[in-house]
Amino acid sequence: MSEFVLEIHHLCKAFGALIATDDVTLSIRKGETHALIGPNGAGKTTLVGQLTGELRPDAGRITFDGRDITNLPTARRARLGLARSFQITSIFDSFTAEGNVALAVQATEPHSFRFWTPAERIARLRQPARRLLEDVGLGRLGNLIASRMSHGQHRQLELGMALAIHPVMLLLDEPMAGLGIEESRAMSQLLASIKGQYTILLIEHDMDVVFALADRISVLVGGRIIASGTADEIRNHPAVRVAYLGEEDNELDADG
Amino acid sequence: MTFLGRRGVLLLLLLAVAIVLPPYLGTYYTRFATQIAIYGMAALSVDLLLGYTGLITFGQAALFGVGAYAAGMLTVYGVTNAFVAWPLAILVSMLFALAIGSLSLRTRGFQFIMVTLAFAQMVYYFAQSLRNWGGDDGFTVPQRNHLGFVSLADHATFYYVVLGLLVLVVFIASRIVGSEFGMVIRGIRDNERRVAAVGFPPYRYKLVIFVIAGGIAGLAGALMANHAKFVSPATLSWQLSGELLAMVILGSANSLIGPILGAAFFLAFRDVLSDFTEHWMLFFGPLLVARVLLLKDGIWGMLLRATGAGDAPAAPEVDGPELTAPIADSKPGRSP
Amino acid sequence: MTLALLLEQLFNGVQFGLMLFLMAVGVTLVFGIMRVINLAHGALFMLGGYFLMAALAWTQSYALAVPLALIGGALVAVVIEIVVLRPLYRRGPLDQVLATFGLSLFFNEAVTVIWGRESIPLSIPPFLTGSVEIIPGAAYPIYRLVITGVAIVAGLLLYLLITRTRVGALIRAGSDNREIVAALGINISLLYTLVFALSAMLAALAGIMMGPLLSVEPGAGDPILILALVVVVIGGIGSVRGALVGALMVGIFDTLSRVLIPLVIQTNATSALVGMAVYVLMAVVLLFSRTGLFAAHRG
Repeated sequence: MSEFVLEIHHLCKAFGALIATDDVTLSIRKGETHALIGPNGAGKTTLVGQLTGELRPDAGRITFDGRDITNLPTARRARLGLARSFQITSIFDSFTAEGNVALAVQATEPHSFRFWTPAERIARLRQPARRLLEDVGLGRLGNLIASRMSHGQHRQLELGMALAIHPVMLLLDEPMAGLGIEESRAMSQLLASIKGQYTILLIEHDMDVVFALADRISVLVGGRIIASGTADEIRNHPAVRVAYLGEEDNELDADG
Repeated sequence: MTFLGRRGVLLLLLLAVAIVLPPYLGTYYTRFATQIAIYGMAALSVDLLLGYTGLITFGQAALFGVGAYAAGMLTVYGVTNAFVAWPLAILVSMLFALAIGSLSLRTRGFQFIMVTLAFAQMVYYFAQSLRNWGGDDGFTVPQRNHLGFVSLADHATFYYVVLGLLVLVVFIASRIVGSEFGMVIRGIRDNERRVAAVGFPPYRYKLVIFVIAGGIAGLAGALMANHAKFVSPATLSWQLSGELLAMVILGSANSLIGPILGAAFFLAFRDVLSDFTEHWMLFFGPLLVARVLLLKDGIWGMLLRATGAGDAPAAPEVDGPELTAPIADSKPGRSP
Repeated sequence: MTLALLLEQLFNGVQFGLMLFLMAVGVTLVFGIMRVINLAHGALFMLGGYFLMAALAWTQSYALAVPLALIGGALVAVVIEIVVLRPLYRRGPLDQVLATFGLSLFFNEAVTVIWGRESIPLSIPPFLTGSVEIIPGAAYPIYRLVITGVAIVAGLLLYLLITRTRVGALIRAGSDNREIVAALGINISLLYTLVFALSAMLAALAGIMMGPLLSVEPGAGDPILILALVVVVIGGIGSVRGALVGALMVGIFDTLSRVLIPLVIQTNATSALVGMAVYVLMAVVLLFSRTGLFAAHRG
């Protein structure tokens, strides 16, 4: 098997005259934590959309774990092991925290056309869910209805759900978005603890987290990757400095 | 445990009333209760789509009517055994639901509403065109179905059969919405994008629940053909689809029991008011508007709150570093 | 089936299509800008006919009755918008569908209270009766020509309004991004009321013009509303161009199928097929494109 979990080949996408993805080529190695950074409007959201299957590229190819997933629907990609967390919290509001994760666990089964046994009593779904909640720091809050959880707890839940589907790669879309100081610390500790166990593509604005966690960093500006390398290489890269001139590394800058 | 207990007691009370009261009050009320049970079943099928899956369908009357026509036609052709006719009616409506659903479910949101409406109209026009079956006037059904050696001609007997079927449907539906399948369906209602992102392809799950709901509506239709001994395109009208939606919302969506109460309310409202004026709709319209604009919940929800049987309890807030941020709002207006 | 007859039916189809356009453009504008689906739109069509009839009875003059009926429709619309629609802007589709459904039930019943349940025939204005030979051999009713013309003029005025005026620019901007328009300090409330009143007047205009052809009765607007919804599905929600193309497609397809299908298929199923033809068209379009032909918003 290839050493690369995700390979993006010459991906292009335009919306009318606006070129959102401009010949992007990127490869992520197994076990690597790869950060994708860039100023607002750089095209990160569009790129993520094409990776997850919500947008169709105009040209180019995406290979995941050896398979061409360019035109696969979102659910298929998840089943192949591409797990994601959302930039804007996207959970099941009426379910409990445990229910949210249990549903993600349930997704790993071949199908869910079982109509009789109450899902809440199925141990093979609930036990892994409880363990995952512990792992992400929500252990005591399993019975809390998701809509009543705080923003920080939502971000933890997002991560828990991503971990639940036995991911080959985690696509984390601004996991630090909107978090306060304490919560950010907790979240980066959490991310540090899973780093290495999974291949991670991290989209982030929070530079502290990026430089602390990322093995490699790619910089997306105006739809193109203008630089790709280790943290030091990126820090000293002239084009990157130009692109970021006037941008603050500010963890509160959470718009995508 | 008190909560579960109170809700259970409430349900048992309602069931007891349903069992004892109508025959005690006489034929008129027995027939009236039968009608409530039948519409309640149809409204429940709408709730499975609306309250549990987040699908607003304006076409459920089509499936109700298909069941009615199927049962009526079978009787005219001599197939009068309910054990044959009713499953057939369910099957036919499920097939129609499969056809309508497979196309409609490719669309979302507002488009889905319009498309289900349009397809239901198709079925309506089709029924109107059936010259041999009375066209727009419909046809009378010569007799009711029978359960083998048990005749359903007697109103009380028929009522109990219908009530029994309703209870069975409620039970089955409640198992379905609590099952793994039900979790996916509810997940689709809450956040379809998320459901796909964890690995469930939403379309096939939506299609299955759509077909199941269609079957239930078809059964209700078959029962209606028996109850009224008359079948006409009016059972397929989009107004009826709208009325079913209204019943669900009046009674409380997402509850299975609510739609039945909503049906009771609607029919009682119509019955009482039409004694005073033929223009009772003049009052129902604004009532519906008022319910939508002013009230947060329907009859069942209000009943639960009034008797302290409440909603499912949330875990008490636990102190900890995770909770330093203020409680966020749930996503505003995240509609189906 | 002579060529002349075919052409006549084609004209009828275009004329019907233009009426549908007046209805459909209202639906699509209201949805596109205010994200509201209005099931009471059919009632406004119906009220157009009733108001015309009442205004005629009162003033005995078409010159007065038509504007009065239009104003009546606009007034009803403003009341509806303020009382029922405003609270609904923030709500989901279910609330909107049910509330406007409730409104249509109310209006359908209200007209029976005032004018009875009977269908009331309206006569074609005396100065517009008669036919004209536009194709040798086929006389085409002047009235139909006139209302086709009126619909075209209305369409052009609408086009000019939307593309050439400030209000139109606001409407287009509001369709893309409500928040920005509101943030610019524009009175969004007033804009919404205007858009709604405009859409209602178009529906009322269609009702006024179709009155003499269809007669005025409770529920008259409902079948038209459903066809208008089919037009919007075909043309794409939020697209005025889509409403025009879709309406012409539906109008011509419906009219021609009513004439041609019985010629080809002569069974009991004929009238069913005729009624269903338009929906089959819709199904085909949906298979081709999930969001309609010209969707303004990604579906």
